[in-house]
Amino acid sequence: MIPQSIFTITANIASGKEEGLRELLTSMNQAPGVADPRNTLLPFYQFGRLHGARFVIIEANTNDDLRAYGVEPGQWPPTLGFIGDIDGASDIFLAELAVRAGAGLRRIFAHCEGFDAEQTDLLAWMKRHNRRAIANYVNWRGRTVVQIREEFALGKALREQVLQVTKEEGSSDPRFVHRRLGEFVDKEIAAGRLSLSPPEPTPPGWFIGNIAHLIALPLVLMALTPFIVIGAPFFLIRLRMLERSAPENLLRPSREHVRNMAMQEDFDVTNQFNVFGQIKPGRFRLYTIRSLLILVDYAVRHIYKRGFLTRIQSIHFARWVLMDDNKRAFFATTYDGSVDSYMDDFINKVAWGLNLIFSNGVGYPKSRWLIKGGADYEEKYKRTIRRAQLPSASWYNAHPGLSAVDMARNGSIRKGLELANPSTSELRDWLRLL
Amino acid sequence: MTNAYDIDFNDLQGLLRFAHGQLSEACFLLLKVIDPKAARDWLRTAPVTTAATANPLPERALQVAFTAPGLRALGMPAAVINGFSEEFITGMVADDNQSRCSEDVGNRSRRLGDVGNNKPACWKWGGAEANIPHLVIMLYACLDGLDAWQEQIQGPGFDNAFQLTATLKSALPGPQEPFGFVDGISQPEIDWQRSISTDRHERDRYSNKLAVGELLLGHPNEYGLYTTRPLLDPKSTPAAHQLPLAEDQPKLRDLGRNGTYLVVRQLEQDVPRFWKYVDGEANSDAEERERLAAAMVGRQRDGTPLVEPDSAPATGNADDGPRAKADQFTFDADPHGERCPIGAHIRRANPRTGDFPVGVSGMLTRLVRTLGFGRRHAHDDLIASARFHRILRRGRVYGPALTPEDAVKADATTDERGLHFVCLGASIVRQFEFVQNAWAMSTRFAGVSRQSDPLLGNREPLLNGEESNQFTIPQPDAPARCLKDMPQFVTVRGGAYFFMPGIKALQFIASDPSEGG
Repeated sequence: MIPQSIFTITANIASGKEEGLRELLTSMNQAPGVADPRNTLLPFYQFGRLHGARFVIIEANTNDDLRAYGVEPGQWPPTLGFIGDIDGASDIFLAELAVRAGAGLRRIFAHCEGFDAEQTDLLAWMKRHNRRAIANYVNWRGRTVVQIREEFALGKALREQVLQVTKEEGSSDPRFVHRRLGEFVDKEIAAGRLSLSPPEPTPPGWFIGNIAHLIALPLVLMALTPFIVIGAPFFLIRLRMLERSAPENLLRPSREHVRNMAMQEDFDVTNQFNVFGQIKPGRFRLYTIRSLLILVDYAVRHIYKRGFLTRIQSIHFARWVLMDDNKRAFFATTYDGSVDSYMDDFINKVAWGLNLIFSNGVGYPKSRWLIKGGADYEEKYKRTIRRAQLPSASWYNAHPGLSAVDMARNGSIRKGLELANPSTSELRDWLRLL
Repeated sequence: MTNAYDIDFNDLQGLLRFAHGQLSEACFLLLKVIDPKAARDWLRTAPVTTAATANPLPERALQVAFTAPGLRALGMPAAVINGFSEEFITGMVADDNQSRCSEDVGNRSRRLGDVGNNKPACWKWGGAEANIPHLVIMLYACLDGLDAWQEQIQGPGFDNAFQLTATLKSALPGPQEPFGFVDGISQPEIDWQRSISTDRHERDRYSNKLAVGELLLGHPNEYGLYTTRPLLDPKSTPAAHQLPLAEDQPKLRDLGRNGTYLVVRQLEQDVPRFWKYVDGEANSDAEERERLAAAMVGRQRDGTPLVEPDSAPATGNADDGPRAKADQFTFDADPHGERCPIGAHIRRANPRTGDFPVGVSGMLTRLVRTLGFGRRHAHDDLIASARFHRILRRGRVYGPALTPEDAVKADATTDERGLHFVCLGASIVRQFEFVQNAWAMSTRFAGVSRQSDPLLGNREPLLNGEESNQFTIPQPDAPARCLKDMPQFVTVRGGAYFFMPGIKALQFIASDPSEGG
């Protein structure tokens, strides 16, 4: 199994170069905010291990909100973010990027501070500016770009073929259909029209590291249990005090701001979403959000790695990155459906999960006990999030027209096809997928 | 016992409570304000029908609603209009497209499926800025009474105030919509008494009762919250004194209270095309034709649902009468769509889901499902809870009737006919737009693919070239039947978002803005 990884390259934009950078990034697009996969600056389609990537100009639009807490907000210079979701290790991918798209990337990064288009070693620079994400969700760990494409082609071929088989042979007996389709696929593979690559071996280093991670966190928690038990009442008292007094955002996002994002949404079944905001002031909130994100990272790494994040089945990727000396958080995701249905889904199914993390952010609707309230205030929540949202300057998705559920279904179709001796109910479920 | 929550039906427009079913004739006048003062004068004395019960039933009715440009034209300050919801202010054709964009429509149009043949640039009304109406006056009358009613309304004063831009005249309604199916069966039952809890722990299963704030602004909605609407401080706006108090902020007056948003869309239905397509797929077998059409709708033509009825009505529904029987079902027992296809029209329009998927029965299963485990099949728990996405429909058909039997004939008449779709709700984005976008037009509703609503779909391909013009009919123990190359049956011809004020709010809108300071 090839595990997925990410890169998050950020760099300050050199003064006076923001306009030029925006124009350059826009030149990559085929629709507002949507990259042309074959654009010449960064021909995304050439990268067979890239699920998605985007350039975002990270701006602190809600910087002044911190004043409501009696704290003077710090400066946040406009920053270029270049993020991506890939198969395999990020260092290898960055090297591939530097080789294949070096010229284009140099033109882009030349708008950043300290990057000299002629002199700078691109790969070393990208590695240096690659930040670690504190939590990273992958819809299906181990499912590669190649696998998604192969299984998509398989699903498509089988849907056509199944009708043929039932029509020509006059039987829709599940076992018969399964066998016939199996023969069909073998033939197609032999003819080179379909391909089902076997899973690649799991990198041993990653495997050991993952097991160590699986064990380490519970061990640490166990060791800390006495402290957690003693500390919990104090934590909860302090939490409630802070929750009661925290100011809420009551502003709507401006019409122009919403327009800038809406303009680039809903061209496809999948959309992108970036949020950038400040963490509530004080060490209490900082430690809380860091601990919780570590727990989230643990949960998504070891539990939610097979098509769902609690009740949500529409997220392809999501990451949380702390920035500005842990004073700010950046969240970026790829999801199915429109932004409103995405937010409704979250509010109605996992408000508690949103609250755990986002209630540590400035302006979030009032939460109680870290999991109650918050996103339950539907309109307040939507406004606050939308206000802190940032458009993508250019977004590439390697799987247009494919929802996360589609990918899971295509995977199940393949799994069912490969069953040597399926039971009747397995066969029935499998046929339903077609 | 009376309490503060009792609804003042005298302050509601009648359409919110009644469909005016006894009034068989109707027409909607789409108007521009040409003289704001004359318009306000006319509106102040307009004979608006309220929601108070009358015995005998009224013989004519009038309702009125305004678009955001209309409120502006009547002199309402921008600061007040900005208190309404964003989608109302920016309108059904919120324009954010850039010339670079290949498809010449904005985000809202993309979401609503108003692309291709549906695109606003082709609409008869509401598509371009210049032909967005300022207000709609909806007239209803008994048989042969509409002309006189219309004449009376469009009497002296009216022509000075308004310019008529279009008249949407309805046909005599039977229970059927133009394709021939009994329509309007599923309607939410408004919980006027606030008798049901909106608490998430008590709403696992589907209920047809709907919090009053899902329909009326200024009352608690299904979240137990008050939807955004303009609240005015009577200190700075003295004219606001005539408005009701804001229930959640008693120092302020509530312009929204007892009002609602009104969505009007003119949907042209190509009846011959629909029945000829189905007839072709059925190899001209009349019985098979009925069966396929019923699968697409999810009901037989007489309204009988394809799934087995439940033993008891859903919460909030009556338990007798043919209409109640036709509404007494959920899709809980048909998770794979083998009785009623997943993508069928009625399943998309109201999937009858509760807050939790089927099978939650206690603390433990609840926790398990909350954490995302225990899904029973590949497409379990993909559909949102219905109660946050209900709409109250008040549409009227237009054009000459055509039976399916005549529609399949080669010489079937092609007169324009269709539906003046009308729906009411306190949140356009969470109700109408959500239903239209995430359920009806979505090519991914509940895990389906290559299809949107079999009736409403625009059949436009996706970005990757994938088709959206199919319809899957799952079969038990056999591969699903798939209808392909479905043409477009319904085309959007116009539309706009309106605010339908309460009676006091209408008086405020009709008062002179310069007086109130």
